[in-house]
Amino acid sequence: MSSDAIAIERLGKRYTIGAAQMGAATLGESLASWVKAPWRRFVHLSGRNEETQFWALTDVSFRVEVGEVIGIVGPNGAGKSTLLKILSRITPPTTGYADLTGRVSSLLEVGTGFHPELTGRENIFLNGAILGMYRAEIRRKFDAIVAFAELERFIDTPVKHYSSGMFVRLAFSVAAHLDPEILIVDEVLSVGDLHFRNRCLGRMQDLRGEGRTVLFVSHDLTAVRQLCTRAVMLEGGRLVDDGTPADVTRRYERQHHSAAGSTTGAADRAQPPRGYHLRRVELRNGTGEVTSRFDAGDVMEIHLWSSGRAPENSYTAEFKLLNDDDQVISYGAANPVRDRYYRAEDQHFVCRLGPLPLTEGAYSLSFSVGVWNVERWDAWSKAIGFTIERCDLFHTGHGIANINDGDFVINQEWLNGS
Amino acid sequence: MLAVPQAQPARRTLRLEPPRSWQMLNLAELRDYRELLFFFVWRDVKVRYKQTVLGAMWAIIQPLATTFFFALVFGRFGGMSKQVNGSYALHVFAGMMPWTFFANAVTLAGNSLVGSSHLITKVYFPRILVPLSAIASGLVDFAVSFAVLAVLMASYHVAPTWRLAAAPLFVAGTVAAAAGAGILFAALIVTYRDVRYVLAFVVQLWLFATPVLYTLDIIPPQYRLWYALNPATGMISGFRASVLGTPFPMDVVLVSSIATVVLAVAGVRYFVQVERRFADVI
Repeated sequence: MSSDAIAIERLGKRYTIGAAQMGAATLGESLASWVKAPWRRFVHLSGRNEETQFWALTDVSFRVEVGEVIGIVGPNGAGKSTLLKILSRITPPTTGYADLTGRVSSLLEVGTGFHPELTGRENIFLNGAILGMYRAEIRRKFDAIVAFAELERFIDTPVKHYSSGMFVRLAFSVAAHLDPEILIVDEVLSVGDLHFRNRCLGRMQDLRGEGRTVLFVSHDLTAVRQLCTRAVMLEGGRLVDDGTPADVTRRYERQHHSAAGSTTGAADRAQPPRGYHLRRVELRNGTGEVTSRFDAGDVMEIHLWSSGRAPENSYTAEFKLLNDDDQVISYGAANPVRDRYYRAEDQHFVCRLGPLPLTEGAYSLSFSVGVWNVERWDAWSKAIGFTIERCDLFHTGHGIANINDGDFVINQEWLNGS
Repeated sequence: MLAVPQAQPARRTLRLEPPRSWQMLNLAELRDYRELLFFFVWRDVKVRYKQTVLGAMWAIIQPLATTFFFALVFGRFGGMSKQVNGSYALHVFAGMMPWTFFANAVTLAGNSLVGSSHLITKVYFPRILVPLSAIASGLVDFAVSFAVLAVLMASYHVAPTWRLAAAPLFVAGTVAAAAGAGILFAALIVTYRDVRYVLAFVVQLWLFATPVLYTLDIIPPQYRLWYALNPATGMISGFRASVLGTPFPMDVVLVSSIATVVLAVAGVRYFVQVERRFADVI
């Protein structure tokens, strides 16, 4: 117990959704629902009220020793944010408890409380105070914060005149100078330009070297593997795995990304069906190199091989593009799009795709072959995964990531309307 | 792993658990966060004066303009100036000054939490700082309007008396009453958005239930103490008596003081009771 920085015991959080919560939105409705309460209680007792309650977190227990850096991974809706909100004291748990020993700082967002009318200098003090720093402490670290953000010249300019890159740099810089014993960090490292992100990762590595305890939620499995000493995985509000970052992230990838190819750019069918089927896929970049890493704006060449005898003489291939929530976000097929049919047995299909208008994140491709709109002979679901490493199509200096900003970037132009 | 380099003097363990049925205001924690309260007030004042062309002038114009129109309409046309010994305009201003503070404080504090939802859902601090800072930032305007009062008193040849020494007590009472009502409304509005409209309406009516435009003397004696249950009644007539040097209505002040304490305790109690679920419903 003495060396535990965080002890979480059977933690649970229940949200009320649907009708019951809507009912409390106005006083009038609340009075009405109060009048109806006896009836509702009856309905509740008879067990018909289940759908209005939702457990975002169920029975989660784990302990974190001082100096551990814990990565929390899991698909969207797994309860990661709820866990962080409870540990940050933003919302109370419904069941169980969590003990935190030591000074806690939590960063669910960078730049919380920044006011656009105030200058960079004023915002450093305001934001620092909101994050829990004392005035004397901020004054002592002020020069270091400004230097880290590389904003010496603009420190007395209202931040409404800052570019978004400058804004993020200043916000990060304040956060990076927190001096907690326990640091709770959400996905915040996914914003900011690559250079700055690397410096922030470096800062987190420093914290690790100093023996601070860090709780780090991320979709970025590479960062989890690099930074963390241990990882836990949440799914459906429950803790499903706890172990080394390598093991946990591998399990996560196995379950939530395509089986193969998301790191190499090439994949073979593990258990090919009998008869005509797809057997191999490769992703190549503009220079013909096989890779799974692309940038937005790159051209991707998909190479797809089939084997066996096709049931008919003219047929087509299709792909579906999926985002990291496994939603189909785009589709393409040789026949309707390019009026193209194939005839050969052991066909080698090539599709040049791009420039890719995708935001930073993980994607996967599913393939099928058949007679378009009539018959499908073989489907290879989530055959290969790839990542968009960098999306800065408008050259603003900071990336656009699919975690916050959708999967696509549409070409745009902003005009002065008056 | 490496050990923590320097041991903290006292490593407290914080237990996060489901809300108890009876919450208490954590005064020690409020003391730890007093700098944040200062920064919130500082931000509000700074932003307000940066965004408006007239800046601090608004603190003067608002009570002065309302005083002028009320003095014209009620005093001249309505004949209410006959009820007042001395200048009706000065009488109204001496009441309008704390009233303007009170009304602004209750309105701003009441709407303050909803306006800070981006903070409430992202970072922890004692939520009560938000309405408190809204009230405290109004005090700056209140201080500015003292200068106008001094000018008005000089022009009407009213000299301050020893009673002025009691003014800070009535200011403190006004702050406490505004805090009680503002904090109560802030908590209610987070849960019930339509209370926002109730608040605007209540503040409007409250003006007429408070002796700002008229004097205490027009209230029939048998209702006088009931009327003093409005905390603003005692605080505002007490403030006016202290600056204009007229006798204190002690009975009314006493009843209003009790009402103020009850309102402040009730407001804080309700707020503390529900504050932990703010982030879930805001």
